[in-house]
Amino acid sequence: MSLNTESKLEKILKAGHLGVTSECGPPRGSDPEGIKEKGKLIKDYVDAVNVTDNQTAMTRMSSLAACIHLKLMGVEPVLQMVTRDRNRIALQSDILGAASFDINNMLCLSGDHQSFGDCAQGQNVHDLDSMQLVQTVRHMRDEGKFLGGDDIKRPPKMFVGAAANPFADPFEIRVPRLAKKIACGAEFIQTQCIYNLDKFEEWMKRVEERGLHEKTFIMAGMTPMKSVGMAKYMKNRVPGMDVPDAIIDRLAGVPKEKQAQEGIDICVEAIQRLKEVKGVSGFHIMAIEWEEKVPEIVERSGLYPRPEV
Amino acid sequence: MIIAEKKPIEEIIEEIKDFQRILILGCNECVTVCEAGGKKEVEILASALRMYFINKGNEKKIDEKTLERQCDHEYLEEIRENIDDYDAIVSLACGVGVQFAAEKYLTTPLVPGVNTVCLGANEDRGLWTERCQACGSCVLAKTGGICPVSRCAKRVLNGPCGGSTNGKCELGKDVDCAWQLIIDRLRALGKLDDYEKVAPIKDWSTDRAGGPRTVTREDVKI
Ligand code: SF4
Ligand code: SF4
Repeated sequence: MSLNTESKLEKILKAGHLGVTSECGPPRGSDPEGIKEKGKLIKDYVDAVNVTDNQTAMTRMSSLAACIHLKLMGVEPVLQMVTRDRNRIALQSDILGAASFDINNMLCLSGDHQSFGDCAQGQNVHDLDSMQLVQTVRHMRDEGKFLGGDDIKRPPKMFVGAAANPFADPFEIRVPRLAKKIACGAEFIQTQCIYNLDKFEEWMKRVEERGLHEKTFIMAGMTPMKSVGMAKYMKNRVPGMDVPDAIIDRLAGVPKEKQAQEGIDICVEAIQRLKEVKGVSGFHIMAIEWEEKVPEIVERSGLYPRPEV
Repeated sequence: MIIAEKKPIEEIIEEIKDFQRILILGCNECVTVCEAGGKKEVEILASALRMYFINKGNEKKIDEKTLERQCDHEYLEEIRENIDDYDAIVSLACGVGVQFAAEKYLTTPLVPGVNTVCLGANEDRGLWTERCQACGSCVLAKTGGICPVSRCAKRVLNGPCGGSTNGKCELGKDVDCAWQLIIDRLRALGKLDDYEKVAPIKDWSTDRAGGPRTVTREDVKI
């Protein structure tokens, strides 16, 4: 498969390896040490690291700045960009800024509503939606042009991704929605955290029936549970999350101090099962504020060492 | 129609406490239908204010009037001959009416008595909900007649976002997900295949972004 960018993630996926990505949230302050520390912990265990963009609408260090810190220490970043906070001028401008540091991957999102964060009284922008942002980056890269039509000198070479939530409603349009994102130019997909494996597999079956797995790389989203409390919170409070009772019962069935380990075990078992599912091209391991566990998960899932490309 | 809701009376009192002669001015159109600024609401507000100031030992002259429309030169002219009898007007019209009156009577302070909320409809007894944000280039033909601009919290034109749950928006259980409604309607129309057509990047210059909007019709001008 021919390569469109210099992205390491693209090279690994196109070489037919299962890709592994993880996620880091930038700090709520200007000290870069935290993000560097996280980068150091997971560097050798993943192919690229997503850097979230003011996730859950909490104001943080900018995703782009944090990506640059990672890039400078030799970690391959995936710049997450939400359409909530920036209009098309700012988005295109930040894409160029990222490309100037040879940040080669982007994930296009709409972003959680600002009412969930620390600026509930703020405006939101949503000049573009996430699919239109995918189109925008592809246009900038492939046509070498701004949305306004002018030529870009040294167009950004981004490997472009989008998110998919196989569990959000209505279920019947979840596959058509993926098809739409692919039509807009999404080259890789990172899914919402998967706990309901049966439902995910059913979604994948429908994805495969339409041959969509051949048009994009689907990376299954994994988040280990730290405790039964976290599992209940995810089930009841996080929109679009599907946590089966069996997971909650299993965590509740072990003593409190062993729940974290049980959560890791559940995650590893899920990866092992999903590795066999046709169309799954890799895993996106989001260990929220628990990055030190990523190496263990990757190793125990048989995804280590990472391929050299 | 334009939906408005009454401002808290404390806020109105704060704005008018230094005036002696006050006219409460209602409007017979939208704000009457949504029960925020019609004749009835003018009466209620005027009595409450009179009572309040009498109790404070500061009786004021508070008159009532409701115009056919406040967003219309012709009807606004009806108060011209008495305008100097008042130190201030509390207008219960929408923001359009308040401004039209302010522009006409330059030296009379105008205080809004309602918050103008949205363009919406009376969905149920005591429930008014938004339907349009006057984006200036209507996409309803492509979205099953349901508006993603005004009814989706993220104005997603290719929705739904990942937060849609059981037909509700990620904002919470009280808010319908506009995209669930769009999909339901496309299904009812037998046009679910249309869902996969990508909505292009929208020209927002006809929306708020383009500055104050104007409609000019040569054929209507005299
Ligand atoms: S698309 Fe624009 S004009 Fe049409 S209903 Fe929605 S906001 Fe109003
Ligand atoms: S849940 Fe539905 S209405 Fe709410 S922001 Fe997402 S797409 Fe829009």
